[in-house]
Amino acid sequence: MPSARQAAVQHYDEMRLAGGLARAHYQPLEQWLASMPPERVEEKRREADLLFHRVGITFAVYGDQAGAERLIPFDTIPRIIPMNEWEMLARGLRQRVDALNRFLHDIYHEQKILRAGVIPAEQVLTNEAYQVSMIGLELPNHVYSHIAGIDLIRHEDGSYYVLEDNLRTPSGVSYMLENRKMMMRLFPELFARQPVQPVEHYPGLLLRTLRDAAPRQLREPTVVVLTPGQYNSAYFEHAFLAQQMGVELVEGADLLVKDGYVYMRTTGGRQRVDVIYRRVDDPYLDPLAFRPDSLLGVPGLLSVVRAGNVALANAMGTGVADDKSTYPYVPDMIRFYLGEEPILANVPTWQCKRPDDLELVLDRLPELVVKEVQGSGGYGMLIGPTATKAEIAAFRQRLQADPANYIAQPTLSLSTCPTFVEQGIAPRHIDLRPFVLSGDEVRLVPGGLTRVALKEGSLVVNSSQGGGTKDTWIVDAEAAPDEPSESSPNPLSDASKSQSQEQG
Amino acid sequence: MLSRVADRIFWMSRQMERAENMARILGVTSNLVLFGNHEAQGQNLLAPLTITGTAEAFAAQHDKLTLPALIDFLAFDQSNPSSIWSCLRDARENAHAVRWQITSEMWETLNATWIELRGFGRRTMTARRRSDAARGELSLADSVGAEATRFFDWVKDRSHLFRGVTYGTIVRGEAFNFSRLGTHLERADNTARILDVKYHILLPRVEDVGGALDYYQWAALLRSVSAFETYRLIYRDQIFPIKVAELLILEQRMPRSLAACAAQVNASLERIVGQNDAAAKRLSGELFVRLTHADIEEIFQSGLHEYLTDCLDDINELGSRMQRAYLGTV
Repeated sequence: MPSARQAAVQHYDEMRLAGGLARAHYQPLEQWLASMPPERVEEKRREADLLFHRVGITFAVYGDQAGAERLIPFDTIPRIIPMNEWEMLARGLRQRVDALNRFLHDIYHEQKILRAGVIPAEQVLTNEAYQVSMIGLELPNHVYSHIAGIDLIRHEDGSYYVLEDNLRTPSGVSYMLENRKMMMRLFPELFARQPVQPVEHYPGLLLRTLRDAAPRQLREPTVVVLTPGQYNSAYFEHAFLAQQMGVELVEGADLLVKDGYVYMRTTGGRQRVDVIYRRVDDPYLDPLAFRPDSLLGVPGLLSVVRAGNVALANAMGTGVADDKSTYPYVPDMIRFYLGEEPILANVPTWQCKRPDDLELVLDRLPELVVKEVQGSGGYGMLIGPTATKAEIAAFRQRLQADPANYIAQPTLSLSTCPTFVEQGIAPRHIDLRPFVLSGDEVRLVPGGLTRVALKEGSLVVNSSQGGGTKDTWIVDAEAAPDEPSESSPNPLSDASKSQSQEQG
Repeated sequence: MLSRVADRIFWMSRQMERAENMARILGVTSNLVLFGNHEAQGQNLLAPLTITGTAEAFAAQHDKLTLPALIDFLAFDQSNPSSIWSCLRDARENAHAVRWQITSEMWETLNATWIELRGFGRRTMTARRRSDAARGELSLADSVGAEATRFFDWVKDRSHLFRGVTYGTIVRGEAFNFSRLGTHLERADNTARILDVKYHILLPRVEDVGGALDYYQWAALLRSVSAFETYRLIYRDQIFPIKVAELLILEQRMPRSLAACAAQVNASLERIVGQNDAAAKRLSGELFVRLTHADIEEIFQSGLHEYLTDCLDDINELGSRMQRAYLGTV
């Protein structure tokens, strides 16, 4: 792990080697870009802008009053990952999500990991996301986080790191699907040059995963998507997924609890519901059990969950596992439950609640990234290298006032990918969120959502902070006709190398 | 289908129909005030408020009943829940909430309508002219002008477009059924109200039935429900009040008649499979049968106003029963 100071200067270029030559898996795209007259590239860009602008208008006029839906900017240059690299990532993702689900089952049952002292018990049991009501509850396949979004970044040496686990209600998968649809519409010829792995079957896999979660043995359990409503920022995604899966999109008021079951109110009377893919946060799910002022939930829902008559996906209480204070322990979880070494690395993390760590963090504040333990969406964080002295001083006070609320990490240099900007094509920092589905088996589509920080030099990719998205391609580079001579520049695991040799 | 979704679709269609009917009433009223003495003008201006039951709400906001004030209140006033503006806003809002259960063409039609609506200059039709009228520079009738007529035609066009798009794109299922229910229940309600109020104005005494009175006023009434040409076609005669009533109440071939609307409502309800909907279906069937077999002479003998009031009560009750059977809380 290089020091933070270096990291702020260097970064890994996804497309090009140090000498400027395109990496093997980017060569077809580069040739295509080069073969296109600039005015044609510009024309395509305008066409893309126009198409998205049109969609954008449709979204923007949504609610004039509350929560107007914005369009997340889309970049037309895809982010490309070679197949062997993806296979390594996929193995790492399966391993990590498997361990996290085992951890969740454990802390709501025997608590072996706490008794073994691998993770401090108070850290877990006093966490506000820990759901006492989940204790002892048996879930099908012991799966708690049926849909997980794992944020990955790539450091300057090209190796991947897990930045964050999202185990509650991760969003963004609709953009992964829409981006692909848009790319195939705009540049069909590009897909002929390289075999790009499909992602379109995601909604089908999601439906199967949700059905796997059904508490009863049914041939066709009734699945619904529960949304906070049309003014929620992710409403588009909720409606999109419900439509793609062919299930009802319900709001809290559409559901009722009666005689130990959950029903939805339909024109044909009450209809029993078996699985709720809920996009409503834990505290709002049941006003009788949690926040009494919540209008988004279903009174009595918790009692039905407890009785095992309805399944929630994700289950309640998963937040304790994706908390930033739990994050540093995930590699140990993998070792503890699976007896394996983690395939995907964690970013080194200092926990400010520890006096030694706090001292070190305060000392090096201008080089570090400091985050709130419960924060998300890029809010409430300090990026030392880009912050002003005043901002650092202000943050230092907040940190000293409540150290346990913060963790710190070295400033990682996110990798860059060519991106269309005002001045032409320029490198911009990116990350990757693949989605892992856990049911009777673990299911992944090859790819994920690539987010891009559109501001020059910015490392914040969150859409709430001006980030955009790219289509993400997993390509079988070995299958490409013009195999370049230079070897893969990435220090990948031995496993992936042997994989390439087998195929080569 | 989820009750909430069905409810939104029902009201979306109902509000669009309501906007169209309001535009029809106002369009005809704008024409009618060109004629008659001061008293007749006053009656004609009051009629739209009586028909929509908004006379009190109007009086709370306006001192004087003038055509520009009337149009302002019934077409553009955002605080009046049955103004054209409010109906188009609510129809779009309902469509937005269920845009994944209706076709994209339906949503886009209502969304575009809402966007275009905001391009119409409310002031060019009402506010400026109102001050002109106050100074006595223009007569009431002049003060509305072509812009308002263009606006009312536009509302009708948008409603026709929405209905056509719905009919031409939506899958034949519950969404279609509830959309049709909303349209025809609202239309039946509107036709009954127009006829009741206008008949009262045009023909206060029962003895006058059968006489050919003010031709222009009767023609205007027919035009307000797109029935002028139909009257000519079916009766091939001059306009007699009793025949107008027969056409608007009992004529199955006239798509805005009470009988035709009741037939559509009944057919839509029969396609819907529900629980606890026997009461709604029974009333719908009764209304349909009653209108199918009624005789206009008998209706007049027992009183047209009473007959229409009964119909309006039934339509209202039917709406409540449907709400309980399908759309409300189970």
